[in-house]
Amino acid sequence: MAPHRSTAAPELAGIEIHGISRGAFLARGALAAGAVYGVGTVGPFVSEALAQSDAGDIDIVNFALTLEYLETAFYAKALTLGLRAETMRLARLLHGDEAQHVAALAATARKLGGTPAARPTFTFPITDEASFLKLAQTLEDTGVGAYNGAAPSIRSREVLGAAGSIVQVEARHAAAIRLLNGTSPAPDAFDRPLTQDAVLAAVRPLIKS
Amino acid sequence: MADPTQSAAAELTREDSSRRSFMKLVGSGGAAAFATLIAACGSSDSSSTTASSAATSTGTMTRTTAAGNAGDLEIVNYALTLEYIEAAFYEKVVASGLFKGRQQDLLKQIADAENQHVAALTATAKQLGGTPVARPQTRFPLGSAGAVVQLAAVVENLGAAAYLGQAPRISSKEVLAAALSIHSVEGRHAAALNTLAGRTITPDGAFAKPASMAQVLPKVKPFIVS
Repeated sequence: MAPHRSTAAPELAGIEIHGISRGAFLARGALAAGAVYGVGTVGPFVSEALAQSDAGDIDIVNFALTLEYLETAFYAKALTLGLRAETMRLARLLHGDEAQHVAALAATARKLGGTPAARPTFTFPITDEASFLKLAQTLEDTGVGAYNGAAPSIRSREVLGAAGSIVQVEARHAAAIRLLNGTSPAPDAFDRPLTQDAVLAAVRPLIKS
Repeated sequence: MADPTQSAAAELTREDSSRRSFMKLVGSGGAAAFATLIAACGSSDSSSTTASSAATSTGTMTRTTAAGNAGDLEIVNYALTLEYIEAAFYEKVVASGLFKGRQQDLLKQIADAENQHVAALTATAKQLGGTPVARPQTRFPLGSAGAVVQLAAVVENLGAAAYLGQAPRISSKEVLAAALSIHSVEGRHAAALNTLAGRTITPDGAFAKPASMAQVLPKVKPFIVS
C-alpha cells in the first residue's frame, strides 16, 4: 500500500493534467489524508458529489481518461509481478479492458472538439500478489465511484451512455478483484458517488508527473 | 427520448424542489442510505439540503416538465418491477437450502441489496408524484444449485443491461444518480454470479451493452405469473 504523503510534498505541487481544472489539483488536506487506503475513508464527503456543474463534458471525459491511464499502467506493472495464474489471467483481462477505455475516451475527447489529456507517469507501490490485490480493489472501487459521481453532470446523452457502459465494466472488475481478495464483491446496496476532488486526492500519491 | 437541451433547462428550474423532495426520504427507514446518496446529488447549494428545507417541501417536483417527470416515473416503475423479480428470486434461492457457507452468504447479501433497491425505487416513484407499480406474482425454476447459479447470472446481467439502457433516458439528475448507484451494484452482482457460474465477468467485453425495455421485458415474462 502506498505510503501516505503529505499534501504539502513538493513533488505534488507541480502536478497538472491537461484538461482538468487546476483547482482540482490543489491540495485538499483533509480529503487526501488516508484516502488512498480505501473509498470508505472519503465516504463522509459524498455530500459534495455531483456538485460539479461547471465541469463540461470534455473535462469529465479527460478526468475519466486520466483514471483509465492510471488503471492501464497499474495492470501493466501487475503483469510483471509473478502473480498466481488465476490472478494473472484477471490482471491481463483488466489491463486489456482499461486500454480499450483509454482509446475510447481519447477518441471521445477529440469528437467533442477537445484535446485528450496527456498520459501522466505513475508510481505504484505493488510488489506481490497481496499488495497488488489490495490496491486493485481500492482503484476499481474508486473508479466506480468516480464515474457514478461525474456521470449525472454529463450533458451529452451519447457520452453518458458511454460512461455508463464503462462504469458497469469497472464495477465488474471491482467485484472480481474483491472475490480474489476473499471479500464481498458488492458490500453495499448502493455504490457511493465520489467527487473529482475525492478521487484525485485518492490517486494523487500514484501520479509522478 | 427527451430533448437533452430541454431537459437540461427543465433541470435548472426544478433542481431545488426535486432535491428537497428526495430529502424527505431520509427518515423512511430502509431507504435512508439511498436518500443520503440522493441528497448528495444536488447542486452546490448545500444550504437547501438541510432537514428544515426538506420538512417544508410541498408540491414536490411540480416544476418538472410533464414529459420528463412521466418518463422518469415510467423508468422508475420499470426498474422497480425488475427489482421485485430479483428480490423474489433471491428470497426463494436463499430459502431453498441449495447453498451453504460463503455462497449462501453472498446470495443473502444480494437478496438484501435487491430488497433495498425495491424500497428505494418505491419511495422514488412516490416522490415523483406517481404510484409505485404493484409487486408481481412470480415463479422461478429452482432445480439444482448449478441451475440456480446459471439463472441468477442471466438475471443479473439482464438487470445491469436494463439499467444501462435507461440511464441516458432519465431526465432528473437525482433519479439518474440513484439509478447509476444501483446500476453498478447490479454490475457487481453480475460479475460475482458469472464467476460462480464459470462465465467471464465481462460477457460484452470492455464496454457493457445496454438493453431496451422491449428487449428486457420478454425475457422476464416467463417469471411473471400475474
